Amino acid sequence: MSGIEIAPDHLQPDSFVFSDENLVKAQTTIAKYPERKQQSAVMPLLDLAQRQNGGWVPRAAIEYIADMLQMPSIRVWEVATFYTMYFLAPKGRTKVHVCTTTPCWLRGSDDVVKACKETLGIGMGETTSDGAFSLHEVECAGACVNAPVVQINDDYYEDLDFEKTKRLLDSFKAGDPPKPGPLSDRRGSEPAKA
Amino acid sequence: MPKLTVDGVEVEVPAGATVLQAIEATGKEVPRFCYHDRLSIAGNCRMCLVEIKPGPPKPAASCAMPAGENMEVFTSSPMVEHARKGVMEMLLINHPLDCPICDQGGECDLQDQAMSYGGGASRYEEMKRAVPDKYMGPLVKTIMTRCIHCTRCVRFVDEVAGVPTIGALGRGGATEISTLEAGINSELSGNIIDLCPVGALTSRPYEFVARPWELSKTESVDVMDAVGSNIRVDARGPEVLRVLPRLNEDVNEEWISDKTRFAIDGLKRQRLDAPYVRGADGRLKATSWTAALNVVAEKLKATAPEKIAVIAGDQVDAEAMFAAKVLFENLGVQNIDCRQDGMKIAPGTPRGGYILNEGLSGVEKADRLLLIGSDPRREAAVFGARIRKRWLEGDFKVGVVGEIGDQTYPTELVSLENAAEFLQGASRPMVIVGAGALARADGASVLAYARSLATVTDEWVGFGVLHTAASRVAGLDLSFLPGPEGQDVAGILAGVKAGGIETVFLLGADEINFESLKDAFVIYQGAVGDDGAGAADVVLPGAAFTEKDGTYINTEGRAQRASRAVFPPGDAREDWTILRALSEVLGSKLPFDDLTSLRAQMIEKVPVLGAIDEQMPGAWGDFGEKGPVGDEPMHSAVANFYMTCPISRASPTMARCVQEFMNSSNQEKAHA
Repeated sequence: MSGIEIAPDHLQPDSFVFSDENLVKAQTTIAKYPERKQQSAVMPLLDLAQRQNGGWVPRAAIEYIADMLQMPSIRVWEVATFYTMYFLAPKGRTKVHVCTTTPCWLRGSDDVVKACKETLGIGMGETTSDGAFSLHEVECAGACVNAPVVQINDDYYEDLDFEKTKRLLDSFKAGDPPKPGPLSDRRGSEPAKA
Repeated sequence: MPKLTVDGVEVEVPAGATVLQAIEATGKEVPRFCYHDRLSIAGNCRMCLVEIKPGPPKPAASCAMPAGENMEVFTSSPMVEHARKGVMEMLLINHPLDCPICDQGGECDLQDQAMSYGGGASRYEEMKRAVPDKYMGPLVKTIMTRCIHCTRCVRFVDEVAGVPTIGALGRGGATEISTLEAGINSELSGNIIDLCPVGALTSRPYEFVARPWELSKTESVDVMDAVGSNIRVDARGPEVLRVLPRLNEDVNEEWISDKTRFAIDGLKRQRLDAPYVRGADGRLKATSWTAALNVVAEKLKATAPEKIAVIAGDQVDAEAMFAAKVLFENLGVQNIDCRQDGMKIAPGTPRGGYILNEGLSGVEKADRLLLIGSDPRREAAVFGARIRKRWLEGDFKVGVVGEIGDQTYPTELVSLENAAEFLQGASRPMVIVGAGALARADGASVLAYARSLATVTDEWVGFGVLHTAASRVAGLDLSFLPGPEGQDVAGILAGVKAGGIETVFLLGADEINFESLKDAFVIYQGAVGDDGAGAADVVLPGAAFTEKDGTYINTEGRAQRASRAVFPPGDAREDWTILRALSEVLGSKLPFDDLTSLRAQMIEKVPVLGAIDEQMPGAWGDFGEKGPVGDEPMHSAVANFYMTCPISRASPTMARCVQEFMNSSNQEKAHA
């Protein structure tokens, strides 16, 4: 498939089940939704499966979740392929998502992309040869007020430019990431100092 | 009941109607790709944009906009024209301009609407997207670059077919329609070919075969099952090239089963195109009509009438059965039967005892359904979709007696003893008995038991038989059944073994045990060389359902006429004319010289055969035979949906479907 990357068969595990701990989490999640609306839990469950499986969702997990929520597996596939946060093939341990939508772009996301590519030595959608990083382009991350932003794993780093992005990624490489949030001198999204 | 104006014309529509429906009510057409009357509303193609006042100053998608009181709708204002042109330009950005090599060419919604709204030239300079083709089984061919993501196919398999296997994967410009490389295991999958507004999903067997304007179109009726789906037969020269559904709300809505659509390539194979007589060396040899009819006549004259038997098959038209019945009754033959499966519907059964009394659409009014040894999904796929439609509306339970396949709606296993309990409390319960249940040795008891379960009032006859043979109801109406001294099929076969019956005339009958017929002189009249012709001593080549004008009565008791689309191959002739010719050689000439007088006499005897396109209610009365029903589980009459008749057995496309869908171990290999 052109837009969707699915792991080849030899990487796909034969089966998938939630760990005991995740099974409890899954059941708690399902219980949040009204009777016969369990399908609404598909997104959190996919996320849970992705975390359990080292950052990607195998085919067996999709079938497993479809069974658990009693929905046709193609519906789970639709969800899993629609959102850019789900990966159906192994990616880097650290995933760098760069927002390139208009507000970030106006605020210099081209430089951020350039810095990522240079620092990591990979292009968009690619993974470094040691499997440490992968680079992804995403649509609006919803943090326009601190544009441009990147999301690294679960955290947002904001108010970036070329240099800051380079330093940010270098610190991740060194295993000493900074505190998430704006990498400028403002707190949160308070007005920028003139 | 909102009242609104469409281009200044006032129109009143039922509450809940959409603006698009209101526009159609004024007789105007709205261009659309994703909207379809029988599917849920998606609102994603944007082709149906209109201007609505009062409202935001932008066009609105009329398919998804509820009609409101005092709305003013404009369908051809400059804003609308401009918006639709924009949508069309957008759709054409990624659509390949490969119409000359596209099978949809000439009957393509996109092509047609581009004539009205398309620009003369493209302003698009970037790369067009290309999408790899998907595997969807042996029936549906895909060219996914042409897909405009209307999602009609997704909604059809999900909602109507009840086999949710197609999905829209990915997002935005990367969206792809996919089954994840699995064949669509539905009896109705071919309908997505009709639904697809572009050439993304096309018919695989019909690939690069013809252009629509080359075809002669004949409105006809299908005989692959007892639904009597209304079809259009498209032919070029002597060949039937495809079958498409015709709209009939009461029968097939606008769907047909895959067998109806695709089994027609069986009409080109194994055809009986000349009369054959078995020679001294035991091989069938082609001969002339005169010679063959003489052999038959001599044999029939030399045999005492009680030693002659006639069996009619499942796809025989009423005219041929009528001619055969008159001919053989004139000879004094009583061993006449049209129930080759041994269905226990006795002579004298009132009509209400063997038709689907409330009609195929009646199930939509039912609030509980009990299926006794009947598998609607495989025996009458289009009817199965209607049951699902009823189930989707809610407040509907389906109980099943016997071991039948999975349906496209949840069912509850019910034992015969608990059946009455299951039906209790329903205001319009419906009991449907399958042909498989009636063909059992205790079929008459099953029938009587089912009758005792049925709720019958002045307004509601909650009893029906779901037949699998297109000819069966007409056969029963014509009383193509043993005379007072006659034998039924089982008796005939036993009679052949015991020596009581010497000559058997098979009118298109291929589903009987031919091993037991070994000792008889067998005359087979039919269209396709199947088991019947293989067992025959004389073969009289008849016409298939696309090659003759014939009347059929479907399982709900509706007489419909099939029309000739092409001529029978070679020396084959329309069936009633063969019997008429034989009667002359026999010296007991049938009293009709043309189809009109045959029909007049037939309708005089059996008036329902003249009530074309009407579902004629049947008389209610006592039927069946009270007695114990055996413990062995009931089975459907259809074990293999794809092959139920000589035509479908001869069809290479149906063979591919069997390989793909009936043999699960093959499923993975088939497209590797």
